Parts: sequence; structure tokens; C-alpha cells
Amino acid sequence: MFGLEKKDAALLLIVAVVTLCAPILLNPFPAGSEMAQFNAGYPDLMQRFAIYGIFAIGFNILFGLTGYLSFGHAAFLGVGSYSAVWMFKLLSMNIIPGIILSVIVAGLFSLVIGFISLRRSGIYFSILTLAFAQMSYNLAYSVLTPITNGETGLQLSLNDPRVLDAARTTGSLPVTTLFGAEMRSATSVQFGVWEWQFSTGFYVSAVLMLLALYLAIRIFRSPFGIMLRAVKSNQNRMSYTGLNVRPYTLAAFVISGMYAGLAGGLLAAMDPLAGAERMQWTASGEVVIMTILGGAGTLLGPIIGAGFIKYFENIFSKINDNVLHDWFAFLPDGLNDFVVTVIAPFFGDGWNLTMGLMFMAVVIFLPGGLVDGARRIGRLFRRKPAGAKRPDAATKPAE
Amino acid sequence: MGILEVKGVNKRFGGLQALGNVNLSVAENTVHAIIGPNGAGKSTLLNVLVGKLIPDSGTVTFDGQSVLGRKPHEINQMGISRVFQTPEIFGDLTVMENVLIPCFAKRDGSFRLHAFEQVANESLIIETAEQMLIDVNMQDKRHMHAGNLSRGDKRRLEMAMCLVQQPRLLLLDEPTAGMARADTNNTIDLLKEIKAKRDITMAIIEHDMHVVFSLAERITVLAQGTPLVEDIPSRIKGHPKVQEAYLGTTAHA
Amino acid sequence: MDAIILQILNGLDKGSAYALIALGLTLIFGTLGVVNFAHGALFMIGAFCAVTLQKILSASYTVIDPSQTDFLGRPLEVSKPYLEAWLGPDLGGGIIEWSVPLAILFAIPVMLILGYVMERGLIKHFYRRPHADQILVTFGLAIVLQEVIKHFFGANPIPTPAPPAFAGSLDFGVWLGFDPNAIIYPYWRTVYFLFSLVIIGAVFSFLQFTTFGMVVRAGMADRETVGLLGINIDRRFTIMFGIAAAVAGIAGVMYTPINSPNYHMGMDFLVLSFVVVVVGGMGSLPGAVLAGFLLGIVESFASMNEVKNILPGIDQIIIYLIAIAILLTRPRGLMGRKGVMEE
Repeated sequence: MFGLEKKDAALLLIVAVVTLCAPILLNPFPAGSEMAQFNAGYPDLMQRFAIYGIFAIGFNILFGLTGYLSFGHAAFLGVGSYSAVWMFKLLSMNIIPGIILSVIVAGLFSLVIGFISLRRSGIYFSILTLAFAQMSYNLAYSVLTPITNGETGLQLSLNDPRVLDAARTTGSLPVTTLFGAEMRSATSVQFGVWEWQFSTGFYVSAVLMLLALYLAIRIFRSPFGIMLRAVKSNQNRMSYTGLNVRPYTLAAFVISGMYAGLAGGLLAAMDPLAGAERMQWTASGEVVIMTILGGAGTLLGPIIGAGFIKYFENIFSKINDNVLHDWFAFLPDGLNDFVVTVIAPFFGDGWNLTMGLMFMAVVIFLPGGLVDGARRIGRLFRRKPAGAKRPDAATKPAE
Repeated sequence: MGILEVKGVNKRFGGLQALGNVNLSVAENTVHAIIGPNGAGKSTLLNVLVGKLIPDSGTVTFDGQSVLGRKPHEINQMGISRVFQTPEIFGDLTVMENVLIPCFAKRDGSFRLHAFEQVANESLIIETAEQMLIDVNMQDKRHMHAGNLSRGDKRRLEMAMCLVQQPRLLLLDEPTAGMARADTNNTIDLLKEIKAKRDITMAIIEHDMHVVFSLAERITVLAQGTPLVEDIPSRIKGHPKVQEAYLGTTAHA
Repeated sequence: MDAIILQILNGLDKGSAYALIALGLTLIFGTLGVVNFAHGALFMIGAFCAVTLQKILSASYTVIDPSQTDFLGRPLEVSKPYLEAWLGPDLGGGIIEWSVPLAILFAIPVMLILGYVMERGLIKHFYRRPHADQILVTFGLAIVLQEVIKHFFGANPIPTPAPPAFAGSLDFGVWLGFDPNAIIYPYWRTVYFLFSLVIIGAVFSFLQFTTFGMVVRAGMADRETVGLLGINIDRRFTIMFGIAAAVAGIAGVMYTPINSPNYHMGMDFLVLSFVVVVVGGMGSLPGAVLAGFLLGIVESFASMNEVKNILPGIDQIIIYLIAIAILLTRPRGLMGRKGVMEE
């Protein structure tokens, strides 16, 4: 199917079904119930799952396959956002031109940065990309204010030309659309005690994420993907095989830059504003964390990592001391206070602390990320029943 | 006129004359060994041959073209493949993928984004790779990760990766260094087989006399950076100058 | 002329901080072969040692002062530090005012212990892992450290003034024969610069003139051989890590009066210090110091209005531009040694 092997096609199909049913699956708790705060099935959050999923899938093509650790990918995301917003200001509120431009601009930008940064490898490469990203961030804040609107961030205004759109007479800002379908529009469905929201914005992001995943699978399984893994494995042998390494790494860099641009364009399409803080190096660090947490070099890892981080960021930030006191209400008063005092730093504003600890734990104990962890657990459970058949399994690769 | 011609090569490192007026000619379709005691300049010469070091003077030509100052991938594209002292393979990839990479690599070296379109002659390429694995007797290990192979198998794989490119010259840098005797003999057999099967020129830099005399058709003895003698193996054995170089002047008597 | 001297002086204090952090970074590169993204956080922790000590010293109780009244005419409640109560207003108050320099004594053991725990507990396990893993785990640690500080001290900068004795400015220009007020340089910045010179000098002489330092330098050059000599190089490297942490820490302590510390100051300095290390050459101690001061001064020149009018925004990016140019033309940096961190 679609030029994929059976296993990969099945994987893509499962992800597609899960993604398209996300509004239902992510709202397991009845609306209005105590547990409803743990629901993730509202459009804003689901959009972020999909968009950061795209960002991480792209980052993984560079880092997971070639091993080049870029600390500047947020710059491409930011550039994508700015391009898209400019398209909304100048051309049309239809998201298609905006997204196309954001991918192209991010691709060109990453071509230039990649061409220079890839002259070095290892830690030097990381620092070069970091330097470029910080430069872009600083410039966006200062000199480039005419383009980026500095600290305020780039926003829509009523005076924008928007040459393709019909002149508006009402006094409100226009909204982003896809051929008339508003991104922010959502249909609410009541089903028994549950309430589901199906929004246009989420489905647009989800379809693009599936497309991004499909392309990533094609790249992973292609001869080009083998070459990229060869770059990670042994550059010396690669050049003594007659291959110039640089074009391969540059291609991977530009592809992942374009993915970042797509993610940036989509962020702007969902909420038409762009700020410089999207380009800061901590934002670059976030995508690194997502990819590693999920599992670098695996197909599903980046999506899982992005979903994981964005979900817990959202949930943890909502939990304050009062909520914690409620949870531990069954404990005697003194103990309750004590427990809440101890764990409170990890919730609410302390989400970053939890994330940092979690990230360290993954790097130390589970370098393969969550996907690898799941695999290990799966093997643990499968070991006993499979024990009898083991000789069979061992000879299989030899056929 | 040999396929590889080294003429008047000099290389100095500070006060040390590493190579002094080296002349060497490797004839096509022969196995040419370069031997010499430690510090004779073998490694320096090899590094000059693959363009890693640029000599102070002299020329190195392969098939009439200079190799000096070229990048490793350009030298490979000229038709020179290299086997390293410790096997250089793609440890994270499977054995089959290891052999596929040189198959995908085009001789003109141009970059191809084989991500979405079909590779030209893909089935032929895969067939060639599988045949190569059969030739080196590794077809049953093709799904293994190359990093998990035994040292002898890594060496075999590396040779397969070089040979599948059908190089005109194969450079071997101490191919049996650190191997057990059995592995060494296997490697010798493998090289003999390869030589019997196809037209190929080999230049071997080697320490182990057993290997050299089992394989070489011509031998150059290097001492203190200069070629001492060049001759067929039977005449190198017992050559007084060679004994002098290896054992010192006292053995001369 | 006076403008040029002023810019050089202005660049020195930032340059000093860059140099001190970069010195520790490159020491850790050279000895342990580890890329420490948490080094900026150590600088930040040092700064918060000063904040902590200031808080401890000025711990107060409230008394009712009948001599003062509030606007309703009632006696005013004033908070009185315990120290002043115990030691009298002169000595007690003096100690509080001098809390920043005193914090050095407090910070050194704290940083040494923190460095020791970090190396033994975490970094040690990453010697044989790829550099990418080292970057990632120390990056995670940096996030954790800064969030812990944020939890205890909040997100806002905390002013920590220098002792009043150093409050004013030095009219440096008069010394050189310029008009008065031509070159004004705050006393504390002069102190910071001199202090950093002393620390740098101390680190260098420690490495140059002690047996311990000799072993460490030998280990930087060739770790395996030194190990073969039967010298326990790992233990010495652990101590080296503690020293690097302490250098970053006291650099942070002394920096607090120049810029009020906040929880993310470490990250801000880290990126620039890495650039400094790269420009100076990985593993080169003199390179780190030289590049630190050089970049501090260049940055200060770039922020002159005359320069900014010609090249707008240059002050924001000049350091990165230099780093990129250096990395591309001299991959080993200004004074880098061969074989350090090369692939």
C-alpha cells in the first residue's frame, strides 16, 4: 500500500485511525466529572499534539538517522510562523499559501544554515546551529522589527491588504480558513455522558501529520535512509566507498528544516501570530527532548514524545496546591500538608522541573526512549510463552 | 607502465625523513606486497597513496591521473578501494545493508536522493549484493548487525564491500593484523579466491611474512623510507640486503 | 581615544565572567572529555549562594520602635536583623553589607561539594557515552537546577548590592590625563576584573606549579599513559571538576552586584561561554581566557552608537558571527590543540 511494506502500512494505518479518532479517544472521562480535567480531547491541545508531532518527526530525520544533534531547529519553526502570518496579512486568510510559503522559506533558510554548519560535525555542529538560532532570535527581537514586530510579535491587523480576500466591512479581525472552513470552528457532539469536539483545525493538522509520517516512513525505508544511517555509523568508510557525505547530511538537514517550517506555518494557521520566543534555544531544546523521550531513530517515537510532553505540560500546569490537597484529602491533616508540600514543586509552575528530571532519567536509563521501553516490557511479557518456541525463532534470521 | 606509479616521493616530518625518493610501480593484475621493518615508512606511503598526506615532492599517479590532494571519495571513484587495519564497516547496519551501500554508490559519485523514486535496476543491485555475500560465504549472516560479527567476519564483510564495487586497485593495510593463525589462513584463502575469480590489482602492506609469501607476486622491501629491493618472492627470500634490513648488520656475515 | 578606553573597560567585566566560566568548561572538556551544558547553571547557583547568604545574614525580627511613628502617630514596627542585635549596629550591619564578598567563603565549599556529587553521581557514567548523550543529560540537569532555584527564589531578579565601600565610580580618565568624568568606571566592576585575574592566575599556577596540576596536565595530554603509570587519574579529575564548579560559582557570586541574579542567568551565560570556548579552542585554557576577554570587549564596542548606526543590530549578533567565522576558518579555535573533540 502506497509503496510501503506491510508492516509499515499497518503502522501508518493504526496511527491514522488513532489520530482521526483522537477527539473521542482522548476524552475518556465524562464531561463535568471530577476526572474531566485529565481529558486531552479539546481542539487547542490536540492541534499542538499534531503540530509538534510534525516538528519532532522532522527533527528525527536529522538526529535519529544521521546522529547530527542540532540545537537550532526552533529557528526554522519561527521562520515558518513569520512567513505564514505575512501571507495572511498580504495575500489571503486561506492557509494554503501561508503553509506553502512557510515550508519554502524554512527550506531555503535551512539550506543556508546547513551548508555552513555541516562543515563541522559533533559538538561543533551543535554549537554552530545554536549560534545561528540565537542570532536569528536576537535579530528578530531587534533589527528585524519591521518584519517581525519585535517583542509584541507579528499580528494581523484590519489595515492589512489581503489582496485575494474580498474587502471586509465588519470591524473584527478575519480568521484563518481552508477554502471557507474556519480553522477554529468545531462541532460539539453529545454522546451519553461524553462530549466530543471535532474541529477543522485539528483535522487539518492531523492530516498533515499523517502525510509527514508517511514521507518519513518512505525516507526511513529508502536507500537514502540507509545512506543517512551509514553517515551516523561510519563516515570514514562512507567516503572510502566513494560517497561524498555532505550532500546527504545537507539533504537531511533541509528536509527536517522544512518539516519545522511546516509546523511553524501550522501554528500560525491555528492562531495567526508569531513571536521571537518561538526561536529561542530553549524551544530548540524542547524538540530534542521530545524526540529523545519518545525514541530517536524510531518512526513512532517522536510523535509519542511530542504528545507526551505537550499533554503533561498542559495537565501538570493546571494542577495547583488546592487540587493536590483534594487528592490527598483521605490523609490526616498534618500528613496531607506534608505530602502536598513535598510534591507541589513538581506540579503547576514546576512542570519544567518534572520534565527535566524525566528527561534525565530517560537519557540515563533508557537511551532508546519510551518506544524502546515499551519494546523491552513487551519482550519481558512475551519471554515465558515464547520460551518453548525459542530455537525456531533463533534460526529464523539465518534463512 | 604500472597502473599505480609512485615517482620520486619525499616526505619529511620535522627532522625525520619518513620517505626518501620512493619509486614504485604496481603492474596491473598483480599482487604487490610492500614490506619492511617497523618505522620503514609503510604507513606513510599508504597515506600518500590515498591522498591523506601530500608529499614534499614527487608524483603518485593511478592510471595516468594524479591522486595527490584528492578527497577519499574522489580517490575511490577513480577505482581504488581500501581495506583498513581494523575493519571499517557500518556497525549499526545489517550485513546486507553494508553491502548494498557500495552498490548504491555510483561510480561518478553524484548524490542521489533515492527516497521516493525507484532506484534504477534495483533488483539487479540486490542480486549483485547477494551474490557478493555468497562469494565471501556470509549469506547466512545477512540479517545480522555488522557490529556483532566476529573479527574475521568483519574483515570478510569489509572485503566484500570493497570488491562489490569492482575496484581496479585494492589497497590492503595489514589485513591480518591481530588475527589468530586460523583466521589469517582464512583471509589468505579468501584473497586467493578473489584473485582467481576476477582481474584485480592488489597492493598489500603487511608485517606477516607468511601472508606475504603466500600471496604476493612481487615484493618491495622498504627500509628507512627508501625502497631497498624489488623482486619476485623467491628472490626476496634470503636476499642479503633484506636480511640486513630486518636483522641488522651483524647477520650479514 | 577616551571612548575607546571606556569601551574596553566596559567589555572587561562581562569578559571576566565569560573567561571564568569558559575556563571551567574547557578544563572539564580537557580533563574529563565531557561537554557540560550544566556549567552555566553552576554559575547561577554561585550567584544564588550570595543571595542565600544575604538572606541568612539579614534574618530579622520585628521590634516596636517608639522613637518613630507611622502616619497615624502610632509607634512604628521595624524589622531588625539579629546580627545587628547581637553584634551591635556597626559590626552586624557591616557584615550584612559585606555579604557578597563573604559569600565567596560560603560558595566555595557548596560548589566543591556540588561539583563532587555531580561528577560522581552523574557525569562519571557518561565518560564512554557519545557527546550527544553528555550534552543531553547535562542539559536536563541544567533545567532541573534552574527550576529548583526558581522554586525557592521565584522568577524575579533579586538585587544583591555590593558593599557600600564600592558603591561609587572610579574616575579612571583623570589617572590617564583625560578630563574628569571622561572615563567613569564603577568600583565594583574594577574589583570584579581584578578578582577574575586573581582567580585565573590561581588556577594557572595551581596547574603549573603543583604536582597535582602536573598530573592533571599530563592527563589532559594523554590520559591512558598517565593511567598506566599507576596514577589514579580519575580521582584527580573528580577534584578538577569540583574546582571548575567552584570557579564558576565564585564568578557567579561576585557578578551579583553587576546584574541582579535570576534563575535563567545561567542559560544566558552558558550559550555565550560555549561560543567563547569554541573561539578559544576546545581544551585550551589560555585560549578560553583570551577569547573570553576578547569577545567581552568586542561586544562592548559593537554596542557603541557609532557602530550601531552603521551596522544596526550588530551588537546582538557579533559574538555569534565571530564564532561562526572562527569555526569555519580555524576549526581548532584560536589556540586549540590537535585531537581535542575532533571526530
